[in-house]
Amino acid sequence: MTDRRLSSDANSSAVAAENDRKFKISRRYLLKLMGATAAAGAAGPLIPGVIASAVESINSSGDATSDLQDNNSPASARVRRWMMIIDQRYCDGCQSQGTAPQCTQACNDGHYVPEPMEWIEVYEHDLSPEKEAYPGQEPSIPFDGTQFIPTPCQQCQNAPCVNVCPVGATWTTPEGITLIDQDRCIGYRMCMAACPYERRFFTWGEPSTPAAAHHVASSPEHQVSLKKGVVAKCDFCPEMARAGKLPFCAQACPQNAIYYGDFEENLATNGAGVVSISEFLAEHSATRLKEELGTRPRVYYIPGHGELAGRDPKTSGRRPVTWIDDENPETKTWARDGQ
Amino acid sequence: MTTRIQDVETRILAPLTGSSRPFWIWIGVLLAIIAWGAVAYFIQAREGLIVTGMRDRIMWGLYITLFVMFIGASMAGTFVSAVLRLTGASWRGPIVRSAEMITVAALVVAAIFIFFDMGRPERAFNIVLFGRWESPLVWDVYGLATYLAGSLLYLYLAAIPDIAMIRDLVPASQRLRSALYRAYAVNWIGTPDQRRVLLSTLGAMAIIMVPVAVMMHTVTSWIFGMTLREPWNSPMFGIFFVGGAIYSGVGLIVIMMFIVKRVYRLNDLITDQHFLKLGYLLATFAALMVFFNVSEFVTLGYKTSVDASFYITQMTRGSMAPVFWIYIWGGLILPIILIALPWTRNTKGIVVASIAANTGMLLERYFIVVGGLTVPLNPYEPASYFPTWIEWSLMLAGIAIFALIVTALAKALPIVAIWELREHEQEQDLEHARRMAEVSA
Repeated sequence: MTDRRLSSDANSSAVAAENDRKFKISRRYLLKLMGATAAAGAAGPLIPGVIASAVESINSSGDATSDLQDNNSPASARVRRWMMIIDQRYCDGCQSQGTAPQCTQACNDGHYVPEPMEWIEVYEHDLSPEKEAYPGQEPSIPFDGTQFIPTPCQQCQNAPCVNVCPVGATWTTPEGITLIDQDRCIGYRMCMAACPYERRFFTWGEPSTPAAAHHVASSPEHQVSLKKGVVAKCDFCPEMARAGKLPFCAQACPQNAIYYGDFEENLATNGAGVVSISEFLAEHSATRLKEELGTRPRVYYIPGHGELAGRDPKTSGRRPVTWIDDENPETKTWARDGQ
Repeated sequence: MTTRIQDVETRILAPLTGSSRPFWIWIGVLLAIIAWGAVAYFIQAREGLIVTGMRDRIMWGLYITLFVMFIGASMAGTFVSAVLRLTGASWRGPIVRSAEMITVAALVVAAIFIFFDMGRPERAFNIVLFGRWESPLVWDVYGLATYLAGSLLYLYLAAIPDIAMIRDLVPASQRLRSALYRAYAVNWIGTPDQRRVLLSTLGAMAIIMVPVAVMMHTVTSWIFGMTLREPWNSPMFGIFFVGGAIYSGVGLIVIMMFIVKRVYRLNDLITDQHFLKLGYLLATFAALMVFFNVSEFVTLGYKTSVDASFYITQMTRGSMAPVFWIYIWGGLILPIILIALPWTRNTKGIVVASIAANTGMLLERYFIVVGGLTVPLNPYEPASYFPTWIEWSLMLAGIAIFALIVTALAKALPIVAIWELREHEQEQDLEHARRMAEVSA
């Protein structure tokens, strides 16, 4: 927290520079990464050939985004159903890296997410229920651990946010992704009240978008420059997936804990390997967040507390995320909780 | 009999012909507050909602609280002019007009508070262009428009005979005024045919306005009730809001009645009996609100699901505890006690009870909005919210706009429906004559 608070001070450039050295994802790395997105075939964690070739066959038949609005044409009859699996057994909240969660960092940097939004936020969940039940007492079970829950937009198939939007500024595409039209949003934040995962954010002030962001084309499927007074959230990077790339968060995860895939193909990948979605979910008793609400999210979790990444669950704490605009102390930033 | 009524009429009509010094001071104060609010709004429009205390976790605050508050206040007119008309309460006569003015003004200000809360107010028209019927907010916007149109129509229809009376009084030299009153009097001369049409229309409007009001308050509650948040996610929210609206509405009528009585010196027209009757209603609805709150807390608190127990802890001994307990003891129990005890069961006591009721209901709406949003949906430390000076300024400006609209309406129309007063008097005379005839026979 202190790191980014400091950044608004005049003498913070030193801190920011130090942070840059500390964190694995540097701006240069990212630009390279973004360049790779544009130039097909460049090095980097690619979606394996099976998906990539399927993507190509769709792309070659016309405009990639055409199946956003119109999936009646025979060429795009096969509609992708993007999904995500987060393997919590591998997620150590980047404790082993000694950095802020790299998924959040890469997403923030890649989308130029303004402070203090974290479209994919890594929550630390207390695993000792006895402590909760008897506050102030020693837990009867000598277990005092935590787990990390990286939480992107859950891409609900029965999305409460879409239901309540008065102007249709947020909608679910045939591919199953909920997107936001910044140019139609009236900024009443009804969707934020409706989202049971708190995955929606508001640009309370003029968002601190760096100049570099203006060179990247922004669309509801790939939001890079946000406007004041509208709602924003994780866009699930379908544009990158179509280009054969994993989303920023999945690319950046040092433990390869994030899988991105397509239910239509029944395949998902974390950049290191490919899994069959149905088998993988069943084998590891995957769950979804707040499943009982009937929102039918497309993000699945394999329960764990970083044990396969060698994390001791009793080690708690997550490093704060730094923002790409930290270089620019003039930019207006705001704290999330109103303190 | 007639001299008494003429005397009352002169006092009611006096503000329509001239303005006193205190009136201009009052208008000046209101305009100053509104100007201050305009500065605050200008800053908010320039900087964005960042100038408020709201943030991503608690994304609604004082503006929505006041929106709900003013929607609740709008119940005042509908209740008096429709519910009391339908139940045949003849004592409502002197308060109908002012209560209807409250309704119109409150609905306008409620709409303004929706506007204050928008990140992109310039796109407000998108609700009409791209409105989706699935959204509770669209229900609310159209509900509000319907309710406002209905209330304006009701206020106007019930005022036609009075407008015609003023038309006949306004000197022809005041061209604009006489033209306006002539246009709005729609050739009313009080023929039996005209009276029949007007009375049946008013009867029909009274019947229509009751469900419209219930709809409006329910739909307002559904802005919250349609989300998956504890404690908003509750089937009793609609009932809660309707009950709360009647409670604060009745309280507002009492306050308004007291002001009218003082300003217009209508001691002979608005008597202790009026306050007493509304006082009983107030106490009844306070008891009903106690019942609703007990129902909510017992059903949630018995099971203590994670969210519900957080909510209840926060309310009873957490960050919302002062607000909650002032509401319970000051906003609900105190009015009941004031009206129950014979020593305080008088005009003063009932006015105090009404002020307590409305303050309590403002707090209630605040803790419903902010308290509901404080319940964490993810594992993190609960967020906090406190309004900034911008929000307080716009709150005061909203209240000032409300007062200004009511004042302006009271300048254009008699604050008491004179024709109904005359009618009531005639009825009483007839009744009196019949009784005398019966006795002598």
